[in-house]
Amino acid sequence: MADTDLSVAAHAAPTTLKHHFDDREQQLESSTLGMWVFLLTEIMFFGGMFGAYTVYRNLYPAAFASTSHYMNVTLGATNTAVLIFSSLTMALAVRSAQLGQKRALISFLTFTLILGLVFLSIKYVEYHEKWVDHHIPGPGFHYAEPQYFHQAQILFFLYFAMTGLHALHMIVGAGLIITLIAMAARNRFSSGWYTPVEMIGLYWHFVDIVWIFLFPLLYLIGRTMR
Amino acid sequence: MSTTLPLPETTERPNYLNVDYSWKSWLFTTDHKRIALLYLFSITAFFLVGAVFAGLMRLNLLFPDGLFEHDTYNKFFTMHGVIMVFFFLVPSIPATLGNFLLPIMIGARDLAFPRINLLSWYIYIAGGVFAVLAIVKGGVDTGWTFYAPFSTTYSNTHVILAAIGVFISGFSSILTGLNFIVTVHKMRAPGMTWSRLPLFVWAHYATSLIQVLGTPVVAITIVLLMLERILHAGIFDPNLGGDPVLFQHLFWFYSHPAVYIMILPGMGVVSEIIACYSRKGIFGYGFVAFSSVAIAVLGFMVWGHHLFVAGQSMYASMVFSFISFLVAVPSAIKVFNWTATMYKGSITFDTPMLYALGFIGLFTIGGLTGLFLATMAIDVHLTDTYFVIAHFHYVMVGGMVLAFLGGIHFWFPKMTGRLYPEMWARLAAAIIFVGFNLTFFPQFILGYLGMPRRYATYAQEFQVLHVLSTAGASILGVGYLLPLIYLTWAWRKGERSPQNPWQAKGLEWEQSPTPPPTFNFDVPPVVTERPYNYSEEVEVGGY
Repeated sequence: MADTDLSVAAHAAPTTLKHHFDDREQQLESSTLGMWVFLLTEIMFFGGMFGAYTVYRNLYPAAFASTSHYMNVTLGATNTAVLIFSSLTMALAVRSAQLGQKRALISFLTFTLILGLVFLSIKYVEYHEKWVDHHIPGPGFHYAEPQYFHQAQILFFLYFAMTGLHALHMIVGAGLIITLIAMAARNRFSSGWYTPVEMIGLYWHFVDIVWIFLFPLLYLIGRTMR
Repeated sequence: MSTTLPLPETTERPNYLNVDYSWKSWLFTTDHKRIALLYLFSITAFFLVGAVFAGLMRLNLLFPDGLFEHDTYNKFFTMHGVIMVFFFLVPSIPATLGNFLLPIMIGARDLAFPRINLLSWYIYIAGGVFAVLAIVKGGVDTGWTFYAPFSTTYSNTHVILAAIGVFISGFSSILTGLNFIVTVHKMRAPGMTWSRLPLFVWAHYATSLIQVLGTPVVAITIVLLMLERILHAGIFDPNLGGDPVLFQHLFWFYSHPAVYIMILPGMGVVSEIIACYSRKGIFGYGFVAFSSVAIAVLGFMVWGHHLFVAGQSMYASMVFSFISFLVAVPSAIKVFNWTATMYKGSITFDTPMLYALGFIGLFTIGGLTGLFLATMAIDVHLTDTYFVIAHFHYVMVGGMVLAFLGGIHFWFPKMTGRLYPEMWARLAAAIIFVGFNLTFFPQFILGYLGMPRRYATYAQEFQVLHVLSTAGASILGVGYLLPLIYLTWAWRKGERSPQNPWQAKGLEWEQSPTPPPTFNFDVPPVVTERPYNYSEEVEVGGY
């Protein structure tokens, strides 16, 4: 902490500086570190499921290869492209916030939001396909290759758990971006303070990266194994 | 007739307690000290609930044929475990003493994220509501470990409610850990270098690492468990091609490090107390500090010792066994260094010191018996017996609960501005020590003779030891009630405390008023000397 007098720091500070910080630099560094630690917890959160995936993939490689042929690679690839593009628009949004360009910030955030919603819509179409094909794990589950019935069900269980959790993160992210747009519209950000944009940007990139791992592991494995 | 009595002291200086008395000022506070008290009251309530279940278990075990229905007994030990582990032990010291003291000890006005701190308490309460709901609706019988496939397929109790409770409360633990890590990195006062951090802070930093890295894994494990219970897709069911041992791996990946969440903060408390009541600097400060981090790191690589008899690969078991032995090294470093600190110190046996000494002795027994269990061949004989129960209660109760009580006494004047009655407190400490040992030492023998854990009934020959254990539990219960009574009394009527009643070192005693004002310090603190400088030596070089 710097040698600021307590009363000065508590009362005369600019509005974006919280009472318990000495200066903006300390506040920004704290937010950034906090966000990275949070992302670390997210990695461990998804990591548990990637761990389960690894175990079953090693136990039942043939069954897992077989299931990947029932995944819609076209839609999955489209979604991958959509997400990567949304990461670009998010990065541009952060850049605009840094430069204090309010209109650019709002439009890039809106682009990102739309791309996120496109992803979720495509995901919905895919889930619906699975529903029609009786690929939802549980009592109604059917599988064309009976010798893989149980093993395929476990993969579809993991598929829905992993992509479902990912989709949940996308929904939360979309909500956060809407909040950012509202804050930007009320001139809450300036080139001096745009921490939320940067933090939610980090979150958005993280959710993208998770998908980058999910796509090949769930959709493409069968293509290399036959 | 005209004798004038001295006026009662009416003008108390403003502090975090008397600035505002409204309920809103408590429920919407972002002051880490008030949140610490919110946590303190909540975890005490859960401790009492968990203790009642323990009492019912001990009552049942007075008789070889039991007293309650066997299913009911299964629910008793499950609810005891779930409540005590997830709603008392995990948040116990970090969320109360840690929350209160960590910012003051490093010279900060608050934690880095005060609103997230408050959020974590609400999340904890939300999780607690689900746990209580599970109890009220009839309980759970899976054991606190929720092992599949029993929990996913066969149990007909309220597994999902309890699981949701554990899932939610995990996030409060994550947020506390996140807050502590950022605070220690970014909020230290001028002069508060890493090598001047109190060992309490080092211990909490190590704890936070585990909370942040481990808790998400148990969260996702519980999600998979709940999904499996709903869908029966077979992910943990061997009949359907699933692997129940995978559940155990995922569960213990968190839950073994979690026992270090439960003990490391206690070690931090003991380091502070030992130094103060020996009037000496901690021997080998750097070793004690880094041993906390070493325990946190190694703690992540030993979970497999819970699976020695679960069909785990023998070679994996050998590695896990070896690393489990390694964890004993940093733990022993702490015990040796506390002992060396006391050597030639001016020791006084005030209440916190009694608890700290109790901690050292009981933790040593608990830790060394852990080595029995880490030995693969011996574990085959002892696993799932009362030996395991005795081992971890020596660490969790003999260690953590004693450290918690010691810490509560040590910092009671800091938190309330009042002194507690010393004689009552010493008496309670003695009763707890005796009651604890009488409860759990017979369980080592029971387990060694082959009494399995979680059984509602037992062979006639075990009755004497079980009766001893129940007698001890009754004494322990009295010992727990005493501090509850006299500390509550002292909070209102106790003698007012000076700023530093123990002449202790550390920012929280030397530079912050007692009780602290809302922003902790009247003058921004500056640190100019090494920690635990009881001998008032001038610092020469580093460590």
